[in-house]
This record gives sequence, C-alpha cells and structure tokens, in this order.
Amino acid sequence: MEVKKHKGSEEMSNNEGVIYRISGPVVTATGIDARMYEVVRVGHEKLMGEVIEIHGEQSVIQVYEDTSGIRPGEPVFSTGQTLSVQLGPGLLTQIYDGIQRPLQTLEEVMGVFITRGVDADGLDLEKKWEFEATASVGDEVSGGQVIGTVQETDTITHKIMVPPKASGKIKSLESGEFNVTQTVCTLDDGTEIQMMQEWPVRHPRPFNQKYAPDTPLVTGMRILDFLFPLAKGGAAGIPGPFGSGKTVTQQSLAKYSDAQIVVYIGCGERGNEMTEVLDEFPHLIDPNTGKPLMNRTVMIANTSNMPVAAREASVYTGITIAEYFRDQGYDVALMADSTSRWAEAMREISSRLEEMPGEEGYPAYLSSRLAEFYERAGRVETLNGDDGSVTVIGAVSPPGGDISEPVSQGTLRIVKVFWGLDAGLARQRHFPAINWLNSYSLYPQSLNQWFRDNIASDFPEVRTEISALLKVEAELQEIVQLVGSDALPMDQQLTLEVARMIRVYFLQQNGFDPVDAYSGVEQQYAMARAILTFQEEAKKAMAAGAVLEDVVNVPARIELMRARFAEGYLEKIEGLVEEMVNQIGNSVEAQ
Amino acid sequence: MTSKEYKTITDIKGPLVFLEKTEPVAYGEIVTIRLSDGSTKNGQVLDTSDDMVVVQVFEGTEGIDRRAGVKFLGDVFKLPVSKGLVGRILDGAGRPRDGGPDIVADEKADIIGAAINPYSRQSPHDFIQTGVSAIDCCTTLVRGQKLPIFSASGLPHNDIALQIARQAKLKDSDEEFIVVFCAMGITAEEYNFFRADLERTGALENAVLFVNLADDPAVERLITPRLALTAAEYLAFEHDYHVLVIYTDMTNYCDSLRQIGAAREEVPGRRGYPGYMYTDLAMLYERAGIVKGKKGSITQFPILTMPGDDITHPIPDLSGYITEGQIVISRELHQAGIYPPINVLPSLSRLMGGCIGEETTRDDHKKISDQMYAAYAQGRELRGLVAIVGEDALNERDLQYLKFSDIFEDKFVRQGRDEDRTIDGTLNLCWELLANIDTKYLERLDDELISKYHPNEKKE
Repeated sequence: MEVKKHKGSEEMSNNEGVIYRISGPVVTATGIDARMYEVVRVGHEKLMGEVIEIHGEQSVIQVYEDTSGIRPGEPVFSTGQTLSVQLGPGLLTQIYDGIQRPLQTLEEVMGVFITRGVDADGLDLEKKWEFEATASVGDEVSGGQVIGTVQETDTITHKIMVPPKASGKIKSLESGEFNVTQTVCTLDDGTEIQMMQEWPVRHPRPFNQKYAPDTPLVTGMRILDFLFPLAKGGAAGIPGPFGSGKTVTQQSLAKYSDAQIVVYIGCGERGNEMTEVLDEFPHLIDPNTGKPLMNRTVMIANTSNMPVAAREASVYTGITIAEYFRDQGYDVALMADSTSRWAEAMREISSRLEEMPGEEGYPAYLSSRLAEFYERAGRVETLNGDDGSVTVIGAVSPPGGDISEPVSQGTLRIVKVFWGLDAGLARQRHFPAINWLNSYSLYPQSLNQWFRDNIASDFPEVRTEISALLKVEAELQEIVQLVGSDALPMDQQLTLEVARMIRVYFLQQNGFDPVDAYSGVEQQYAMARAILTFQEEAKKAMAAGAVLEDVVNVPARIELMRARFAEGYLEKIEGLVEEMVNQIGNSVEAQ
Repeated sequence: MTSKEYKTITDIKGPLVFLEKTEPVAYGEIVTIRLSDGSTKNGQVLDTSDDMVVVQVFEGTEGIDRRAGVKFLGDVFKLPVSKGLVGRILDGAGRPRDGGPDIVADEKADIIGAAINPYSRQSPHDFIQTGVSAIDCCTTLVRGQKLPIFSASGLPHNDIALQIARQAKLKDSDEEFIVVFCAMGITAEEYNFFRADLERTGALENAVLFVNLADDPAVERLITPRLALTAAEYLAFEHDYHVLVIYTDMTNYCDSLRQIGAAREEVPGRRGYPGYMYTDLAMLYERAGIVKGKKGSITQFPILTMPGDDITHPIPDLSGYITEGQIVISRELHQAGIYPPINVLPSLSRLMGGCIGEETTRDDHKKISDQMYAAYAQGRELRGLVAIVGEDALNERDLQYLKFSDIFEDKFVRQGRDEDRTIDGTLNLCWELLANIDTKYLERLDDELISKYHPNEKKE
C-alpha cells in the first residue's frame, strides 16, 4: 500500500534507535542521534515524526499520525532532514494535509478515511511541464534568480529559480518537456538544477530586503478597504466568537482579494467547511482575471480531528509555499483559519512534554511563535530583484469571544490591522459583522498616497468624515437608549439617519449576493460620497424648512440604496445622486 | 499476543492504575484486570514506556489492590458490529443490557475512528423536515450536519430531541432514520423516559441504544460515544442507512475527561478542563457527514447542558466552534410556558443556506426566514426599551414589531409535543403571522414574493 516518497536524499541512515515511551502524539526514543526538528520515522509502520526535544540519550518526537498500537521497543529511524516541503510546478489547485500530502492521493491510496503509514509526494513527479529557459548559457547566476518559466495554469507563470544556496555560471540549460525531478540546468561547479526544490518549513526563505508596504490589498469588502485597509505585505488578525462569520470573511478574502496567489490554510476547522470550499472554488471566477479562482489557489486542510501535530505543522507548510511564490515576484495572500487551533496544538504538545505552562496552559513561547509566524509576512525585494509580497490574515477564535486571552493578545501585539468580529452584529444579521468602533488599521498613513493617486484626491478626508459620523452615532445611541430618538434635536436625528445609511447601505455587504459580494474601491468611494452628499443636501433642505421624514424618504435615495444589488451599479450612482438631490430640493418646495 | 498476567501494580490513583516491568505494551491497548475476588475490570493504556504503563480503568478502580492481575490483550478497543445491532440496547461499554444475546460480529471496528478525508466528503444539502417550525424555518437541519442542542438544567431538551427523532424525515419521503442513541451519565429516570418514548412510537426497532447511566462508571463515558459513532459509521457507510445520532449529555462526557486529566496530573486549561478538549470533542463531532460514493449519512444531534446557562462556558464554547450551528433552548421562554422553548436569535444552522430554496423547500424560504428573524429581533429589542420609556414613546412601526414578537412566540414557536408541521405549513404560517405588520415595514421581502404569498396581497 505504500506510495514511495521521493523526498530527495531520504535514505534511511544507519542511525536507528528504539521507542522508550508513547504518550498520545508524543513518543520518546533512545539511542538515536538526532538534531532538533529533524524528521524521524517511528515504529514498524514508519510513521512520520519530528524531534522537538532532546534530553541526553532521549529524543522526544511529535508524531504526525495516530500512535495507537505502537509499542516501546519498536525501531525509530533518523532521516537527517528537517521537515520540508516540495516546491515547484504543480502546487497550484492542490489541496494538501498539514504535511503536504495531497488529499486526493491519500484518497486513492487509503479510501475515504485517513489511516496512517502512507507517504505521498507533494508534487506530481511524473507530470511533464513545458519548461522555457529565460537565462542563457554562460550567465552568472546566484540563488533565487529566475532561469526559466513554466505556464502552470492559465493565469500563473511559474518561475523556476536557482535554489537559494546555489550559484555559479550556467554550463547548460535547455527548454523542453521535463518532469520536476529532471535536470534542466547545470552550473559550472557541477550543481544540477531541477524544477523542484525542497525547503525546510520552519525556516523563512531568504530575500534581499524588506520594504515598507505602500499598496493596499483590495478585498472588495467595503468596510475593510475603505475604513480599515490592509497593505500588501501586511498582517491582519480577525478575532471573533463562533457564529460571527470568521470563516465566511476568510473565504470572501480568498475569493475576491487582488492577490495573484492565495494560500488557504484550514487549520483545525470543520471538515464540511473545507468540502464546501473545494466544491465552490473551481466554479468561481476571479473578478481580477476572469479565470477560475482555483487556478491561483493552494489549499491546506488539516481538520480538527486530523492528527494534532500535523495541525501544528500546517501553518508552516502554508507560509513556506506562500514565500516560494513571493520569491517569484508575486503578491501572495495567506489566510489561516484558525490560528487559535494552531496555538492549541502547541499547547497540547507542550503539555505532553510536561513543560511549565504560561497563561491558560499555553506554552510560554506562544507569543514568540506567533510573532515569528506573522513576521514572515512582508513586501520584499526578492533575490531576483523583483517586488513580491506575502500578506497574512489570521483568524483567531477566542474562547467565549473574549479577546483578553493569550492568542488574541499575542496576535494583536504583532499585526497592524485588527478586524474585530462582533457576535451582537451577527445576531442582528449585520454582515460582515465587523465592529467599526473597535477595529483598527495602522496602514492608512502609508496607503493614503496610493488612494489619492489612484482613486480620488480627497479619499482620506472622506474616510475620516465617514468614521467620524459613526463615532458620533455611537454617542447619540447612548442617549437614544435613555430617552428615545424623538427627544433629540432635528440635526442630531439627521445624523442618526445618515449613520444608519452608512451602516445599512455601505457597511453591510451580502457575501452571497453575486453583485454585492465584491465592490471595487472606486465604487466604494462613490458610495461614500453619495452618503455625504445626502447629508449636505438634507441639512440645507431642513434649514429651508423641509421635514426630516420627507427628506429621508425621497424615492431616489431608496433607489440609490437598493440598486447596489444590480449589475453596473458604479455607472448609475452619479445619476441616482443627482436625482436624489433634486428630490430633496423639491421636498422644501412641497412645504 | 502475550496473555501473560502481570502482578506488578505500583500505584492506583483515581481511575488510573500504574504498572511496572511489563513486556512492551502498545499505546491504546485494551487491558483486563482480575481482582482478588475473581471479578474483572477493563481498561485501556494511556501511556506506555519501558519502565511504566498507565492504564485507565473504565469501571473505576474500586476493589483493585496491588495483587490484582493485569492482562494486556494485544489489541486496541474494538466494537463487534453487524446489522444485528439495530433494535438492541447495550451498556456504556458495548455489552448487551437488554438481556439479549451477544452481538454476532460481522467485523470488529476500531472505536477511535479515522478522520474522513476532507477531499472525500460530500457537501450536505438534503433538507430534513423536523416538523418543528422554529427549526425548519430558522435553523434548518441538513442531512449530514452536526447540530447540537444547547440547553440547561431543568429545560425540556429531551422532549425536543425525541420529537425531532420521531418526526425527522426528508421532504416528501417516508425514508426513516436509524436512531443511534447514546446516553452518558443521565439518570435512570431520564433513560426510562427516552426508552418508553421510543417504545411507544415503535422507533426502538430502528434504534441502537448505548447506555451509561449516572451510577455507571464515569470513565466508561469516554468510550460510550465512540461506540455509538462506530456503530453509526458502520450502519451508514457499510449498510447505506441514514443515521441520526443523539447523544446526551455532553457535559457529563467533558466532566469525565476532566476527571482523567486531573488524575494524570495534567496541566489544566480553562476551568480545569484539559487543553486537548477541543481536539477530543472534534474527534466525536467530526464523525458526521456524507462521504462520496456511499449512500448513507450520519447526522448528529448532541445535547449539552450549559452550566449556569452560560454559553461562554468551555463546553458549549468549544462545541460551537466545531459543530455546524446550534439550537439554543431558552429558560425565559420555558418559564413563559412555551414549548418548544427555542430561542431562534442565538440559534444558527451553518449549512442552511445550501439546502433551502425553490428546489428543496420553497422559493420564499430564505427571505421569509430572514424577515421573521429580523422582525422578532427588533420586537425583542423594543421590549427592553418599553420597560424604560413605556409603550407611548413608540411609533406605529415599532408598536407593530413589539406586538409581533409576542405573536411570534405564541403562534410560531409554540407547538404541540406531537404536532408535526410540514415545511409548507410552517412557511404559510410565517406569512399569516407577518400579516400583522404593515407590508411597507417588511423590508426584507420583495414585491414578487408578497404578491405570491401574502394573505392580504395575494393575487389569485
């Protein structure tokens, strides 16, 4: 039943030990001379594991598969390698488990239930790709430089790079059909370069330098792009209790954000949800390229009941793949849903190791691991001299929705964007249920120039006005709770109506509506302007004697709000606003 | 495998027995312990090494002394399964409890169960009509879903679960579910109630019961749901049955988990529950769904009682993160004499979107359920305001919503214990009740639906 795994130089070395102790996913072995984070094979079934602690003669191993039935005395083999992923053409459209085994291959070998002891290559080693050389014989190349390309999917050209540690003069290089293990290039020092390279997942891939982000990641979600924008190369956290729409938000981002590559990690979440993504994505069209979304997507699914150690690894597997595409000069967005499950996997392993716990039983190194992970985001100059980025968006599932817990706090200390989901809003069916009062983004300063240049010169000012209105509304609502809205003066009642318009028309967005689900930044700006125009005109009209109710109920305003569900809305806004202004003007004359 | 008996017990602590100097023992291996009075107990290996083996004893360690003999059976825990399970009552460790013969096994299935490959799953999309309006309209149950009932002590969750078990069927179909019922630490009285009801309706013939009562060993409770799910998987995926698994009460299960954790001196997580409780619960809840190429399905209906009615308690909280929604039972409604006291506001069905609409239920289902929900939510909110400022401060629109919230509870949520409403009946009832609100305030309904269904606006 065993599918032989290639994994480069993984000959079993002579280094063999025996199992001393088994406690759940943690196995202790003696007589093995392993390095930290080295991959080892455990027991007669050769289950995959990783060394996570060394005590004198004993090596402590976390095993990525179920350990039931394994006995002390069974052999343990060291491999001399650290946990690595295979990188090369064939990554896109794949769905992997936490240690880069394609789930489709696992199904072919094991059937519908995931059993153990099966290895599978991350890439299809047989498939031939059309390799086109872009460098020439005689060129001096070094690690990270592009020597050729493969058209991997309709939209993505996969760039073949010199592995980070190699360099020299190209001795031979040929275009043609190759599989990923065949040599396409040799260097004068004899180094052979294949299309596939391996990289240890716990090790960030190298780059020349990090830049400050200056371009927004456009997500098509109004509340995010307009009020709390995220930069390409930035990091965002989305904490929220269950049922507040974390997964729906993450999936929307995976669908509509203008990244060129999306890596989606389902880490310790529901099986049926991953299936839904798998069913849906091949049929969805990327609004930015018009091609199926799947063409730019790599998925990693380690559901809640799959082995906990592989869940711990899944996040690293995902970010390493993301970095690999970044190195090709792409803008990559990585969604991790949910980082709390990852943290819990760390807690579980840590408690099996009987480590001294930090807060709430989490290991003391929790916050540094979180920081290391989010620090792998960034906009960089690649080794090839291109511009590439990895944007990380991590969902957090705080117990009881209380974000004072360690995972939320550890995340918030690192990320610059906080999109706080709110159970109360979800309960009112206000989606996306992102709370506009406590969410924040620290990027507007660095992104304002982009918005001024590309959308409108007064974009930041309009944003400030909109968010100021929402703040004022929150204060007024407190008074309304006590005395009712009729007791407020007219101008404040108008402010409440305008804020209501912001909430219902602008902030609410139906992720399941084919048109409303995606809103371009230009349209967002036009909608925000329309709201401010309404406020101005209403003020004028009321000063001239119009009644608030008449002003609010002018048909053109209702139409303006409703029309956002129809195709071609952006073109219609101007006309509808003009109509609204006229009708508000008429409501004065009607008096 | 070795059937050597060891008399090397060193420590006995809570439900755990510690032994030394054994042959290599497998992790998860099954153990029998022979006491000095000749009786035996069963257990499972929790930790194994060359020097020390830790065994968790299902029946509790009462009566075990250091002279007791321990045998390792060389295998992990397995349940004998066959079609003969249907109609049987078994105890919490899988032994007959109904006085019948042992189960003749077609095969033996590992009770831990393997994870379903997400790639091999099929998205659930078949609407299950439960006949309960509040569920069918607002938190629709889908075949293959795991939808827990979040309840609390003193509330009629058992009646609701039974009513659903009795009435659940696909729309326009007589196809019945096999019910797998799993009791964990409930009282004999509750158990008798379940059993009598299943007998009364004849459902017992199509059911398998696994019963661990309050005075049965607490540690055994960790096995009981795994046995039930193993039976369910066998019936669903080997014999094409549609299986409805009801387990009650998850809170007792989690308390047993905590007990083991404490005995092993593990570092506790929140409220003393072990840090791996999320993973452990997921290993149960995730054993629901539909698999490509198999006709059967598993739908789960776990019941849990929220300690102190607190939905942020770790048990409901972790469950909510794994399950595909929840049905929340409200003490307030119960005290107001409404049955079933389902509070639709915090209730949710995550899979609902994919299974309602023209082809499965009716074209108005999505919008009318949104409208019912929104109107009720507004009415409830206004109740709070009225308590402060009085009804006089409300405008016409708000008054109508306020009145509607009472009608909603009285006519829509309230129904008889044997009242089985069809989905058409439920949706028509929605329209009838919404007629109490002026049409211009029904913002979530479009003109087309209104002219098709609204009792006062309908164009025949």
